[in-house]
Order: sequence, then structure tokens, then C-alpha cells
Amino acid sequence: MEVVFPATDEALADVNAFVESHLEEAGCKPGTMMKIMVAVEELFVNVAHYAYNEPGGEVHVSLDFEGDNMILSMKDTGTPFNPLEKADPDVGLGAEDRQIGGLGIFMVKKTMDELKYDYVDGCNIVTIIHKIK
Amino acid sequence: MTINKNQEGSVLHVALEGRLDTTTAPSLEEDLQNSIKDITELDFDFTDLEYISSAGLRVLLSAQKIMNKQGKMSIRNVNSDIMDVFEITGFTDILSIES
Repeated sequence: MEVVFPATDEALADVNAFVESHLEEAGCKPGTMMKIMVAVEELFVNVAHYAYNEPGGEVHVSLDFEGDNMILSMKDTGTPFNPLEKADPDVGLGAEDRQIGGLGIFMVKKTMDELKYDYVDGCNIVTIIHKIK
Repeated sequence: MTINKNQEGSVLHVALEGRLDTTTAPSLEEDLQNSIKDITELDFDFTDLEYISSAGLRVLLSAQKIMNKQGKMSIRNVNSDIMDVFEITGFTDILSIES
């Protein structure tokens, strides 16, 4: 199933509702739910903030289940951006030296079973795969 | 998200309820900017906080930096999902988390 959302922070609640309801239906474990929802927020907000130079951009969110796995993709037609190439932040630094940038993508990499990126026909396609049962 | 505050002298207790995410973090940041000016002890209660993302971590980090200069900050009653986020991001070493 696929739903198109405006690439704005305001749409986050609708994205959450879409993904959460299907995860619940699919029998996702509660502890896994929050990890997936954090990953969804970080990826969606990343597109909302950085993909488009003009207002009016969209994000196609598609969600599928295969066996015990959830497969979720976000597609945008904005600036090419591969989250896998983003440098990891140094999570060993103290409060004063800490840079907060990059922490969201870092969490996605750490918590999801798989994070994939494709650039096809002018579209960024970011996919996360995670076991939900 | 609901922010419940209770001040006793220079001690501020802040209980958060709901989700600390991209859409709610700015209101907490703005609230804290106004309320922690003369505070020496900032005490968060996360009993009813269900969710945190990097936008929430950003606000906690900036509050921690301010409190490092003027006193101390602590966080109580963190649920296991949120503790996972703190551990993955190394925030367990930055924040004072009381079990």
C-alpha cells in the first residue's frame, strides 16, 4: 500500500497514523514499534527539511509486509541524498562537544535491520526493512 | 505533549506526557528557555513520556548544556524504549539518568 504525503513537518502525525495502524494490524511487538516509528520520523523529517527547495514537495510512503518483516519505502523527487553516505556522529563526545546533526540517520542505521538507498528516475528511494515479530 | 511544571525556589520539576518529537520539541525548547533562567536544579520526570526522537534529544542536550553552567539536570523514570534511544546515541553518558 502507498500513500502520498506533503513533505512538511505538519504531515508527520498523518504519516505516523498510517504506519502505526498497519503495524498494529500486522501484530508488531510494542518494543519494536517505537524503534520503527523513530526511524520513520527521522527519515520523513529529513525529506521534509532538506529534499525540496520549493514548497509543494511530496513524499510517497509505501508499506509492505513479507513474512515477519516490514518493508517501508519513502520516495521523493528532491535533491539526491544518500543517507548511507552521511558520516556517523561521534556518540562518545561530552555534552559541550556534541553535534546533534546526523543523529537521526545514525539511529535509523543502528536500530533497523536494513537501510537501503536507490536513486531511480530522479527519485530518492529510502527503504527500511525490519523484523516485527 | 503536555508539559507539567512545578517550581520550588530554584528547583524546577518538569513532567512530560506524550511524545517528544519534531512537532512537539519546539514548544518544550521555548518553554525551557523562559523557565530555567534562574534555576539551579532541573528535574525531568519521564513517567508518562512515551516517545522520543532526535528532535527531542536536541532539546535535552541544549538544556543539559545550560544546566552544566548554572547547576544540575536529572531525568527520572525513563521507560525502556526511551532508554534504548539514550543508549544508542550515547546520551546515557551525557545525561544524569536516575533509575
